[in-house]
Amino acid sequence: MVLVIAEQRDGKLNRASWEPIIAAQGLGGPVKVALLGQGLEAAAAELAAAKVDEVVRVEHASLEAYTADGFVQALAAFIAAEAPAHVFFTHTYQTRDFAPALAARLDRALITDVVAAKPHGDGLAFTRPMFQAKVVADVVAEGPAPHLVSFQIGAFKVDALVRGDTAAPVRAVDAAVDPAAIRQRPEAPFQEAKQAVDLSQAERIVSVGRGIKAPEHLEMAKELAAALQAELAASRPICDAGWLPMDRQIGSSGQTVAPKLYLALGISGAIQHVVGMKGSRTIVAINKDPEAPIFEIADYGITGDLFEVVPAIITALKA
Amino acid sequence: MKIAVCIKQVVGREWQLRLSDDKTWIRDQDASFELNEPDAYALEAALRLKEQHGGEVVVCSAGPSRVVQALREALARGADRAIHVEDGALASADAFVVAGALAAALRDEHFDLVLTGLQSDDQGFGQVGVVLAERLGLAHSTITMDVAVEDGGLRVKRELEGGWFQWIRLPLPALLTIQSGINQLRYATLKGIMAAKKKEIRSVAAPADLAARQRIVSLYFPEKSKQTRMIAGAPDEAAKELVRVLREEARVF
Repeated sequence: MVLVIAEQRDGKLNRASWEPIIAAQGLGGPVKVALLGQGLEAAAAELAAAKVDEVVRVEHASLEAYTADGFVQALAAFIAAEAPAHVFFTHTYQTRDFAPALAARLDRALITDVVAAKPHGDGLAFTRPMFQAKVVADVVAEGPAPHLVSFQIGAFKVDALVRGDTAAPVRAVDAAVDPAAIRQRPEAPFQEAKQAVDLSQAERIVSVGRGIKAPEHLEMAKELAAALQAELAASRPICDAGWLPMDRQIGSSGQTVAPKLYLALGISGAIQHVVGMKGSRTIVAINKDPEAPIFEIADYGITGDLFEVVPAIITALKA
Repeated sequence: MKIAVCIKQVVGREWQLRLSDDKTWIRDQDASFELNEPDAYALEAALRLKEQHGGEVVVCSAGPSRVVQALREALARGADRAIHVEDGALASADAFVVAGALAAALRDEHFDLVLTGLQSDDQGFGQVGVVLAERLGLAHSTITMDVAVEDGGLRVKRELEGGWFQWIRLPLPALLTIQSGINQLRYATLKGIMAAKKKEIRSVAAPADLAARQRIVSLYFPEKSKQTRMIAGAPDEAAKELVRVLREEARVF
């Protein structure tokens, strides 16, 4: 059995949680999905639409606000009770915060940032980037089960989810948490920039790179984003220069996204950027350099001058 | 405050990566090596905490003999002394083995605070810091943007996704993984380089009983997976065609 740990905040399901469920469905065996927190009825009901054997709400008042210690305690006990062969996560910041401690406490393998699972001998090998994605590694877990695996956001297309004919059964369990053993005391999450946006949830993204040349040209990109009902994002040099806030940055040092449409304007396609967006369903690249590596991963490309092509696209969209 | 900073030495970003004959590791005999960039931010954060609160900064690295070079660089930037867990096999070891080696070296020193970078630029597990916290029984927090010492404990700013942040209080001793880019790195001065020559680098053996929990069975270069359709023509025509295919074929809006 594969146990998938889904993620929520304030009762709202993280869209990236569908991806490890798809990975688990692909293995063909039983799948259970667990959600940790408090007040999880709505998010659990949403998860139950997937073709899975069971959805479990692992609830405790001390899990309402996320803490690494709370999650490690609750999951260590829950995993011991369920005895899955694998435990799948999404490789979110939250997973990165607690999963290594959970693996260490259970003394079980944790393979992180995985993009695919494939048969290897009697078991599975997990594919993940290494050396900043210059190479790909097939990695196997050593030691007894369960093996913990976190999947890179965008590794699976959300529309590949298999839905059930009827809703999966939902069960609630009281999490085994000793509140006195939680050492982290979290304060309420906050956003620094007023318009800060969670780009990982965006359906369409217009992203700009060095090719935009000057901050005044961002207006054109904003206009295109508005016409597409897209969010505006950028590669690192644009954010480092202060032309857009840091929370708009896509890539290894920014956010990882997998929207339906990713339109890259004047982005060369350095690996640090590509790792953050290559899971997008449709990638469009517009660049004056026909050799730009971004074209290697693009579905559609236009070689040309941004300052001519982008206004033409805006006009075409409005037509 | 007695602070340990765990650093890794990794192959240089500019090095043209080559695979070993059995394709389970890299052929790095002729590689250049450098301090893992995320760890440089952890070191800088430690040096700043020492400047504010006094104490000692000890750098620790688990790796083959070459990592002395990275330790020396950290000493030149201002760390007080270094611990080298020396073992050739640590160059390609998994996160559990590296964390186990570091834990054995750090345990008896009873540090108030242990800092690590977010992840390494080579294998990029993003695990060693948090596994080390568990092995040492320390409270931890990750992807740290800011560290304040308050009331005998820490108040740290943690980065969440999508532009969200959160302050967390932690008791000491604690371990933090530091987000890259949170501070301006200092570089070694000539005086620092000279001073580093007199600083202690203590070499310790890695424990013999560390069990790996993962193994690379194959390493290969990524393949181009997509067929790109290039849309030619004058800007107006290309734009119209792009909008058409996005609507009718890709159906993204």
